Amino acid sequence: MSFKIASSPHQHIQKTTAQLMKLVALAAVPGIAVQAYFFGYGVLIQLLLAIITALLCEAAVLALRGKKVKAKLLDHSALVTALLLAVAIPSYAPWWLVVIGTAFAIIVVKQLYGGLGNNLFNPAMAAYVLLLVSFPLPMTSWLPAAPLQQQSLSPADAVCTIFTNFSCSGYSISQLRQDADGISMATPLDTLKTDLSQGYTTEESMKKPVFGWLSGEGWFWVNLAYLLGGLFLLQQKVIQWRIPVAVLGSLFGFSLIAWLLSPDTNASPLFQLFSGATMLAAFFIATDPVSASTTEKGRLIFGALIGGLAFVIRSYGGYPDAFAFAVMLANMTVPLIDYYTQPRTYGHKSKGAR
Amino acid sequence: MPTLFQQIQAGKVWDFHGGIHPPSRKERTNQKPVALLDIPDRLYIPLRQHIGVAGKVLVKVGDRVLKGQALTQAENAMAVPVHAPTSGMVLAIDLHTSTHPSSLAEPTLVLAPDGMDEWRPRKPLDPEQVDVYTLLERIQESGISGMGGAGFPTHIKVNVKQPVDYLIINAVECEPYITADDMLMQERASDIIAGIEILVKLLSPKAVLIGIEDDKPIAAASLKAAIGQKDNYFVREVPTKYPSGGEKQLIQLLTNKEVPAGRRPLDIGIVMQNVGTAFAIAQAVLDDIPLIHRVVTVAGETLAQQQNVLALIGTPISDLLNACGFQAEPQQRIIIGGPMMGFAIADWSVPVVKTTNCVLAPTENELGAASDEMDCIRCGACADACPASLLPQQLLWYSKAKDQDKLAEYNLSDCIECGACAYVCPSEIPLVHYYRVAKADIRETQREALKAEQAKARFDARTERLEREKQERLERNQQLAAQRVAQQQASGQATQSAAAVQQALERTQQQSGQSLDKEQIIAERERKKAEALAYQQQKQQAQIATPAEDQAPGTAEDPRKAAIAAALARAKAKKQAEAQPEAVEQTAPAEIAPDMDAKKAAVAAAIARAKAKKQAEAQPEAVEQPTPADTAVPEVDAKKAAVAAAIARAKAKKLAEAQPEAVEQSVPAEIAPPEVDAKKAAVAAAIARAKAKKLAEQAEAPLQTEAKATTERALPPERQEPATTPEQDAKKAAIAAAIARAKAKKQQNSEPL
Ligand code: SF4
Ligand code: SF4
Repeated sequence: MSFKIASSPHQHIQKTTAQLMKLVALAAVPGIAVQAYFFGYGVLIQLLLAIITALLCEAAVLALRGKKVKAKLLDHSALVTALLLAVAIPSYAPWWLVVIGTAFAIIVVKQLYGGLGNNLFNPAMAAYVLLLVSFPLPMTSWLPAAPLQQQSLSPADAVCTIFTNFSCSGYSISQLRQDADGISMATPLDTLKTDLSQGYTTEESMKKPVFGWLSGEGWFWVNLAYLLGGLFLLQQKVIQWRIPVAVLGSLFGFSLIAWLLSPDTNASPLFQLFSGATMLAAFFIATDPVSASTTEKGRLIFGALIGGLAFVIRSYGGYPDAFAFAVMLANMTVPLIDYYTQPRTYGHKSKGAR
Repeated sequence: MPTLFQQIQAGKVWDFHGGIHPPSRKERTNQKPVALLDIPDRLYIPLRQHIGVAGKVLVKVGDRVLKGQALTQAENAMAVPVHAPTSGMVLAIDLHTSTHPSSLAEPTLVLAPDGMDEWRPRKPLDPEQVDVYTLLERIQESGISGMGGAGFPTHIKVNVKQPVDYLIINAVECEPYITADDMLMQERASDIIAGIEILVKLLSPKAVLIGIEDDKPIAAASLKAAIGQKDNYFVREVPTKYPSGGEKQLIQLLTNKEVPAGRRPLDIGIVMQNVGTAFAIAQAVLDDIPLIHRVVTVAGETLAQQQNVLALIGTPISDLLNACGFQAEPQQRIIIGGPMMGFAIADWSVPVVKTTNCVLAPTENELGAASDEMDCIRCGACADACPASLLPQQLLWYSKAKDQDKLAEYNLSDCIECGACAYVCPSEIPLVHYYRVAKADIRETQREALKAEQAKARFDARTERLEREKQERLERNQQLAAQRVAQQQASGQATQSAAAVQQALERTQQQSGQSLDKEQIIAERERKKAEALAYQQQKQQAQIATPAEDQAPGTAEDPRKAAIAAALARAKAKKQAEAQPEAVEQTAPAEIAPDMDAKKAAVAAAIARAKAKKQAEAQPEAVEQPTPADTAVPEVDAKKAAVAAAIARAKAKKLAEAQPEAVEQSVPAEIAPPEVDAKKAAVAAAIARAKAKKLAEQAEAPLQTEAKATTERALPPERQEPATTPEQDAKKAAIAAAIARAKAKKQQNSEPL
């Protein structure tokens, strides 16, 4: 009798890349739900658009590259990329924005670099940066949270706005953003930045309705939901604690120092943690395995770098939120970090890199 | 700060990096007593079951052997014998598939048990009464080699000169499924402790640390009970985590020490033995039972009875499985060892050997075969799991790229192939497999480097020897010349001979050709003459002075040269034969530098040629020496020498090109009668050379025997009969020789070295 030959180990943990990706998508659900509640159903449409685009692009490129399309599509990595970009884009941004962004993320940032595992940059963040630089206006046109909106928007309105730039009742996106006085409302981070540049103190600026409780109407809850999702990922061992802790820790640390030194011109550390894309970035974006550091020490450095850069760009840069830039910059340093943070191999004295 | 020993005494257990928690599935077999099997119909006993060498076979086919009788004898420190597991008849000693990942066939003794199970006489020892050497001898004679890992001969491992701080007994058994040691501890704890006491007597350690995973509470309790009140025996329960049973990991767990890379545990004062080995030692010493059986876990859901069995060494795996109610499924895998580090076998006739601790016959559901490998997503899960703190994903990358420098930089050699990385990899990349391939490649590269080094050393030694011989020959020639001068002066012929030489020289000068540059020709011819003269003198001198012994230098010279050339040709021929496998059988083994490569052969040939030339140039000093020869002789000799030189050059060249058939082509030139004029000979030589070259280009596999034959035929020109020839011929011959030489030189220069 002849038996089948296989190489050891003959046993494998029942956790595949596809399952990891699915868990990531699952963990994002609470965040997406809260986002949809506060900022409109637009986010769902954006999600749909992004996923369709991502899958089509991925399939096309894989076919062109002569790869096994189905097997690779089923690793769900394109799905996660699409998801991350869709939730980072303003909910009512025109449809072509997310389509362009997703296509760029998949085709250029991921596949042209060699496909899953070989991309230097986080595809979703690279695409976000591209869009932000190319189309700054639609990319920053967030509606105020639902309680502050003058016109309540139905799902149908969402579809209309995204595809025609006008809601079913004919409001343009900039009209939708206006408050009762006809003044366009920006995101809390944006507002704070503008106010501080105009000489207001943090405290004065924070009195505006857009801030709501702690860190901005709606934004606090969105961040909390992503934090929950992140904790779920940690518990499922999909991600390791080092990167998120380092991101949040360094953002908190830097903003604490700045805030203690000059509370009038700096936001509080808690505000920083719960506004904008902080939690999403810390748990979902920075932890993207492909473009993050892989050594234990390296992950701490990588995370701290992101948190620090985000603080600097938020406080002193020209853009309201900063994580996309921070992540991309940190991505670039990964090969270096990895090289210099090789663990000490058992039985060796010196550190890995010599 | 308490010392390490104090910390150990206090019960501290450390941790190692990484590790995984695969489902252990030990409960299936660790509550059933070890079953005894019927004696199988046939036992297949590999003569070598351990690292090291096999012993000499002591029995022959047809012999009846008794249980426990040694079948082989250790003639070497690294060998341990194998024994008959039961009484019976030796059926055959033949090749049989080995119980090894390679499945290579190994010499195996086939025993047909007679069912009587009759023991040879046994001589138990009392460890208290005998000395260390008797114990070591008994351990070796009982065939004991490590039963946990690779099977290192135990008597070597416990025969140490260095002081030993800790004797660590590995009772961890961290691989899933395996409970062989667990059951042994549950059932035979006191024997194990007796074995450990013998080890203590051999090693005198400061303390005995017994490492056991905390999922074996009964075994641990049994051991503790058996130890009783003994001092400095510590049973340390380590958390269940794979691979805490790895030698290095257990050392780290129990002592917080690391074995420095490339060193042995002994270098940090630690010796580790497996519980199974301790048990085997106790049996060998106290009961004189050699290592003829062992506990094997037989598990997997294709079996009706998953259990531990006491299997005789040599029991075919098929018997083992069938005894446990094996029901094969399609695509069945059978794994020797655990699911993490075991190896699958294709042929289940392989036997249980001393290191076989487990046989698995899992269903596909139970241990899923690896599915499709996907791209590495650099998640680092593998690095988190690696007990050696390596970066498996980088090793994977460089293994695929075959970048051996980077692999060394990332310490591939420290990978213990535990499989933890591949176990956790979400992309299901068979990482360990990649590392094995990379390691094999590296070994291959190192072997080749070593071979090249050896060849170079051989070549250098040879060049040196040739140089030395040349020097010796030169000295001898000078001595001979000096002797001759003395002789001739004594006989008063000196002046007369000198005059004769002078006359001959003048005559040739007068007759020099007009179409060629006179000076050059004269010079050339004189040199030629001088060579010939020297040759003649030497020959005569040898004959006159010491007929028998001193003949050697003169006549031996060219044969030796030819022999060297022949050796080179052989080396080359061999090389070519290797390149043309179909010709291999036809090539007899070369005597000198068999695996020297072609380039080196070419170098050597060039050296030989250069030497020949130098030798020729070294002769003229002898020209001044008066010769009793007739005046015509120089002329004749000049011609002959020219012919010979052309031939020799042609020969050397051809040989260097390693075209032995080509040598045949030159035969006409070589045996050309001296009457034929030298020019023709030179032309012939040139033609032969051209032919040889052409042949070289279209050569088929060279036949070395021919090379030998032809080189023999091409032997010393001095064998040719001297004959008188018109003096014009001498002149022409000289011219031809000059041309031929120039050509030869040119070719030689243009030959790549
Ligand atoms: S576990 Fe597998 S996928 Fe993850 S980094 Fe290691 S090799 Fe790559
Ligand atoms: S097989 Fe090698 S690289 Fe993989 S975990 Fe074990 S020691 Fe580390």
